[in-house]
Amino acid sequence: MSELRDLYQEVILDHSKRPQNRRKPDSFTQKAEGYNPLCGDRVTVYLDVRAGIIEDIAFEGSGCAISTASVSMMTQALRGKPVAEVGKLFERFHALLTGDDEPSPDLGKLAAFSGVREFPVRVKCATLGWHTLKAALESSPREVTTE
Amino acid sequence: MRRAGDSVLNGLDVTKVRRDFPILRRKVHGKPLVYLDNAATTQKPESVLSALQRYYTAECSNVHRGLHELSVTATASYEGARHKIAEFLHAREAREIVFVRGTTEAINLVAHSYGAGHFEAGDEIVITAMEHHSNIVPWQLLAERSGARLRVAPIDDDGELVLDEYGKLLGPRTRLVSAVHVSNVLGTRNPVKRMIEMAHAKGIPVMLDGAQAVAHERVDVRDLDCDFYAFSSHKMYGPTGIGVLYGKAELLESMPPFQGGGDMIRTVTFEKTTYNDIPFRFEAGTPSIAAAIGFGAATDYLRALGFDRIAKHESDLLHYATRAIAAVPGLRSIGTARDRASVMSFVIDGIHPHDIATVLDLEGIAIRAGHHCSQPLMERFGVPATARASFAFYNTREDVDALVAGLHKVVEVLG
Repeated sequence: MSELRDLYQEVILDHSKRPQNRRKPDSFTQKAEGYNPLCGDRVTVYLDVRAGIIEDIAFEGSGCAISTASVSMMTQALRGKPVAEVGKLFERFHALLTGDDEPSPDLGKLAAFSGVREFPVRVKCATLGWHTLKAALESSPREVTTE
Repeated sequence: MRRAGDSVLNGLDVTKVRRDFPILRRKVHGKPLVYLDNAATTQKPESVLSALQRYYTAECSNVHRGLHELSVTATASYEGARHKIAEFLHAREAREIVFVRGTTEAINLVAHSYGAGHFEAGDEIVITAMEHHSNIVPWQLLAERSGARLRVAPIDDDGELVLDEYGKLLGPRTRLVSAVHVSNVLGTRNPVKRMIEMAHAKGIPVMLDGAQAVAHERVDVRDLDCDFYAFSSHKMYGPTGIGVLYGKAELLESMPPFQGGGDMIRTVTFEKTTYNDIPFRFEAGTPSIAAAIGFGAATDYLRALGFDRIAKHESDLLHYATRAIAAVPGLRSIGTARDRASVMSFVIDGIHPHDIATVLDLEGIAIRAGHHCSQPLMERFGVPATARASFAFYNTREDVDALVAGLHKVVEVLG
C-alpha cells in the first residue's frame, strides 16, 4: 500500500480530480498538442508569453491521474515565471522522475511526483504536459489570437 | 469409486494444470501472481520449456542442409512440429503450414505475395471494425501500392459484426476479405463460417486472423474452408518469435516469394533463380528452429488437455467474472457480444485504465490497459483506452475474486 500512496499522493489525486487551468484561454501566443500513443492521452497546452514572461498558461485534454495532475500542477508552477526558467525546471522535474537524487527544493509541490520513479512506465505520463509545453515554446509565437 | 478429477471444475484439474506452469509460482510485489493478460501472451508449460532446452542441449544445428546427425535430428524435430501444427489445424497437408514470425508477419506475407498479382486500382479489401492494427495496416500499404481501397464492415454497440452490412460490402470489386476470428479487445467470436460462405458465394477468398482464437477453441481450417489462417505460437502457450500462415496449397503454389534468401530457392545463378516448393518458398533464411519445436510441443499440450474441457472452464470463468465485476461502482463493460471468448474489456467512470493497471499491478494482478493496438475500435466505443482482463485455463475463480477485490481498491483510492 505504501508504494501506491507514494505514487498517488493526495495532492496528485486532488489535481487529477479537479485540474487547475483546464480551459481554452480567450487569447494565447503559442500552443502545442501532445499525444501519448501508448495510452491515448491527449493534451493541448496554451501559452500567453509577453516580454519573456508566461502571463497565462492553460490546457485542454484528458489522461490518466498522473498525466492530468502533472499538467495541472505544471500550469500552476509556471504562471508568471520567465520563459528562461522553464528548461531548468523541466530538467529538475525529469531528474526527480528518473534519478536517485533528493528532489531539488526549486520543485516545490512538484516534488509530489517522486513516487513515479518506482514506476518507469509511468514517466511518460508525468512528462507529457512538459514535452507539450516545450513544443509550444519552440513553436513560432504568433499574434495574440482569439481563434 | 471416485475417479481423480471428479472434484474438479468442468473436468479440468486446475490445481494440477497450474503446476505445469513454473511462472505461476512466482510472486509479484510480494503477492502471488494473478496473471490475467493472456490475450497479450500466455505463459508456457514445462513441456514447452523443456522442448526448447532439448533442442539447444542435444540437437542444436541448422535444418534442411546438414548431412550430419545433429542436423538430421533437428530437421526431423522441426518438420515434426510442422506436422503437429497441420494436425492441430486439421489442414490437409503439412506443406500448407508456413512458419513465420507471428500473426503480423503472416498477414504481411499474404498482403505482399498474394497481393502482388491480385489487386489493381479500384479493387477492394474488406475488413471489420474490430481489427487489430496488424490486420489494418498491411492492407493500407497494399492499397497504397495498388490503388485498391479498404472497406470496413461495421459492428453494433455490443461489439457484434453487422452481418447484413458485411454482406453488402462483398461486391464485384472485392478481391479479399481479411477478418479477425476472435476480437482481442471485445472477445467477440465472429460468425466466420457464415462470413466465409457469403464471400465464397461471390468467389472472394477469405483470410482469418486467428491470433485470439487458437488458444480457446478447436480450429478446423477445412471445416471453415478459409483460404488463409494466421496465428502466433506465443498466444497459445508456445514460444515467442514463431507463428504460422496456413494457406490452401493451390493458393500458396500460385504466389511469388515474400522474402529472398537461403532455403527458399532451388537453383541460383546470377542470371536467374528458381524457387523452392511450398512451404519453403516462403521461409527464407534460418528459421526460428527451437521456437518451432516448442510450438509443436504446445500443440501436444493442448491436445492432451482437450479443447472441450478448456472451453468449459474458460466459459465458466468468463460468466463468473462478468457477474462479479458488475458490482464494481462505475464499471462499464466494452464488448457484450453473445458469443465471446474469455476476454473482458472495461472502463471505470473517471478513472483512466492505466491507473487501474498500476493499482492492480501492486496487488500482483497483471492486466492490460491501453488501446490494444486497436485505435479505430476505441474510437468506435468513444474511449481512449480500456482495461482488459483475459483468462486462460490455468486461471481460477480465486483469480477473478482477486481482480474484483483489486478493482474495489482502485475505486477506493482513485474514485
